[in-house]
Amino acid sequence: MPKYQFLLNGKEFEVDVPGDMPLLWTLRDVIGLTGTKYGCGIGQCGACTVHVDGSPVRSCLVTAASVDGSEVTTIEGLAEEDRLHILQQVWVDQDVAQCGYCQTGQIMSAAALLKEKPNPTDDDIDEAMSGNYCRCGTYVRIREAIHTAAGFYDAS
Amino acid sequence: MHLKRRTLIKMSGLAGGGFVLASVMPGSLLAEEAPSLVGSVELNAYVQIDEDGTITIYSGSPEMGQGIKTSLPMIVAEEMGANWDDVIVKQTPEVDTERYGRQSTGGSYTLYLNWNLMRKMGATAREMFLAAGAIEMELPRDELKVENSRVFHIHSDQFRSFAELAALAYRQPVPDPESLVYKGREEYTILGKSVSQVDSLDIVTGAGDFGIDTRVPDMLYGTYEKCPAVGGTIVSANLDDLKKEPGVVDAWIINGNGNVRELMDGVGIVGTSTWAVFKAREKLKVVWDESAASKDSWTGFKKFAEDVDSDVGPEVNIERGDFKAVFEDRDNRVVERFYEFPYVTHMCLEPMNCTAHYRAGEKDGRDHLEVWLPTQNGPRFQSVAKNLYGLEKDQVTIHVKRMGGSFGRRTSNEYVCEAIELSKRAGKPVKLTWSREDNMRHDFFRVGGFQKVRAAVNPEGRVVGWDEHAIGIHQNGERVVGSGFRDSAFPLANFPVVRGSHTTTEMKTLAGPWRAPWSNTHAFITQSFIHELAVETGRDHVELLLEMLGSPRKLPGDIRSMHTGRAADVIKMVASKGGWGRKMPKGRGLGLSFYFCHAAHVAEIAEVSVDAERKLTLHRVTAAVDVGPIINMSGALGQVQGAIIDGYSTMVGQKITMEQGRIEQTNLDQYPVLRIGAAPEVDVHFIQSDNEPTGLGEPALPPLAAAVANAIYAATGERVRKMPLIDEGFTV
Ligand code: FES
Ligand code: FES
Repeated sequence: MPKYQFLLNGKEFEVDVPGDMPLLWTLRDVIGLTGTKYGCGIGQCGACTVHVDGSPVRSCLVTAASVDGSEVTTIEGLAEEDRLHILQQVWVDQDVAQCGYCQTGQIMSAAALLKEKPNPTDDDIDEAMSGNYCRCGTYVRIREAIHTAAGFYDAS
Repeated sequence: MHLKRRTLIKMSGLAGGGFVLASVMPGSLLAEEAPSLVGSVELNAYVQIDEDGTITIYSGSPEMGQGIKTSLPMIVAEEMGANWDDVIVKQTPEVDTERYGRQSTGGSYTLYLNWNLMRKMGATAREMFLAAGAIEMELPRDELKVENSRVFHIHSDQFRSFAELAALAYRQPVPDPESLVYKGREEYTILGKSVSQVDSLDIVTGAGDFGIDTRVPDMLYGTYEKCPAVGGTIVSANLDDLKKEPGVVDAWIINGNGNVRELMDGVGIVGTSTWAVFKAREKLKVVWDESAASKDSWTGFKKFAEDVDSDVGPEVNIERGDFKAVFEDRDNRVVERFYEFPYVTHMCLEPMNCTAHYRAGEKDGRDHLEVWLPTQNGPRFQSVAKNLYGLEKDQVTIHVKRMGGSFGRRTSNEYVCEAIELSKRAGKPVKLTWSREDNMRHDFFRVGGFQKVRAAVNPEGRVVGWDEHAIGIHQNGERVVGSGFRDSAFPLANFPVVRGSHTTTEMKTLAGPWRAPWSNTHAFITQSFIHELAVETGRDHVELLLEMLGSPRKLPGDIRSMHTGRAADVIKMVASKGGWGRKMPKGRGLGLSFYFCHAAHVAEIAEVSVDAERKLTLHRVTAAVDVGPIINMSGALGQVQGAIIDGYSTMVGQKITMEQGRIEQTNLDQYPVLRIGAAPEVDVHFIQSDNEPTGLGEPALPPLAAAVANAIYAATGERVRKMPLIDEGFTV
């Protein structure tokens, strides 16, 4: 099987998987990082969102082969050392999650948004977050939390 | 780690220096096992104190997003006088209903059913700490109080922390439950406050304890293919081809027991990753015998319903008052409408999954089964394990996992049995994951249905008779869960002159409870119709509703029967908070709705606008809710917000259809769900009446659809009697 190398949450990683294996399953089943979730497998739910070279990507739609040589960040790598990302902190403080299953994907999409637009409008949020479904209907709190986090966000 | 009762006591109670509190239940084993405990000894253990002051409170009920893992321990902590910051919450390590009580969840009933047990757990601990404090400080017990995880003297600055007192408290007599006095609401320091759910940090860091995240050493990954039309049996499959696929370890034809909630025929594949087995499955060719399988057709069901040309069905559930007279009285006008709603699927974002490790002959030649199980009902699986595999409770270890949504879905055991079959055959632990397509095809759906509603209206515009005829579905001679209505629903439950009946037809498509079963559709029909009556009679909707409720009274029955006074109060509250009667610009309207279910009285107002292209905007929903006192304010608000958004999502776009027994929608691309941009603002008001607290996982959903339909009428003059709205040409 081919080997692919990428920088995963700041560490060099090499995996030995079939070329068409999605990054999602490579992360979950091969590497053992289960914070990235499977919801639909067809790019419709956003539960599997990770960052590839800083951009939000649905990891069910890209292969491990396609991220060869890239930088991949998952929810497990979002905090810096033991300091939570501001979104994670606000998510806890404002009790955003219900079942919680969609939330890692929501946070990854929101983190990419804040990097791009540190002070997003409601329309920016609607656009950036529209690919992330929440069956529990936590959208009201997601929106509030992004606005709160933006207030503290240091884009540097 | 699986802790047996004896070890748990020893580790945390004696050897480990901790403190285990068991709850009162006469004749318990613990009396013999732990002679240091005196008095009538208890079976359930919910509280544990460590030397460093950490208070562990166990949660016995499964967590699926309803917040029970936070709210039940809050009750314990409140009564014992703990500081919430000192508390950590753990899921009970095993399913043992003798020890922990009811370890299932559902029906928005878990809070109510555990309220007294949790208070007892907390108050018992508190009394034992007080007794220990009195000895330790040599002070009269009635001069001591608890607060902030410590016992303090009310006349001096003396105190002892719970941690300091734990060992001594453990040796105090367990108080007689009859003697326990619970705190009054004015004394609460934790209950009613906003607390972030106990697993928040794990969730946001990706460390959440979902079933699908289970990883055990040497584990294989599994998938299971069943007949797309429910009830088909297997003839053959190309297993040899499958076994050649990369990453596939083995594959089998599996004959089930024909029970849809346990094990149906199928092909099981195990391999080195979920991806490997999903991909191999694409090559699978199965010959099914469909002679006994479902031939269900949505269009057929629709035709059946349209052909039912009668005001009453053969199953008459309720008839009260001088029904015939008011409908035959020529001075009265009869208003009649027909409503329709589709099948919908649960769409739990975490797919069905289970990890099982079946060890044949492991202990003294007896088999042992270990399952990592996202389920609403662990005890039910214990009986399945016994019936299906002959395994006694001591041969089964169940790790109850957090659920990524359930909404009534994870109450059956077929995904568990499938995992067990794979593990048995593979001789290894197997994690079975259903694909999204499996989840949509093999759901226990919220059934679709149709309903005629009639009312007799007298010349003064008063409703004097009410008649419902639901056209629904039966299986094995019984109307299925969620089909039609229940007599305890408003206005059937309270209105003086009513009839309610059903006509049903057989459908094999699996039916199951879906967030507020029956109510989630019945509310749409009846609360739209009451508004239609208000329009027909030129009366104010609120005034008509209050009139139909009648004088304030509690209807006979337990807490799950309506109180018309509490109902009136939420309606008045929502009218005042939601600005009922406000003048609206063109194309914008307010719609109101009330419903009672799951012991909750809920009224909602929707503010909607519709533009020339039929694009709908739900600006805001105002809700007034009476579920008694609120336990966790943040959790309660979240449940109401979520139920409203979920209700709107369902109403706008969701619809499952089937032909030839096959579900036609396969994944989210064919099943539109609400996205963040279309979510309304939600404004929630609680009436914290002096009743016992009840749950909020479901009851805020049912009123929403009628509130929106009524608002659409107010905005446009167009009446919506069918869901989903996109089929009526609306967009969001
Ligand atoms: S699993 Fe990737 S978008 Fe749903
Ligand atoms: S919190 Fe349950 S799906 Fe979003």
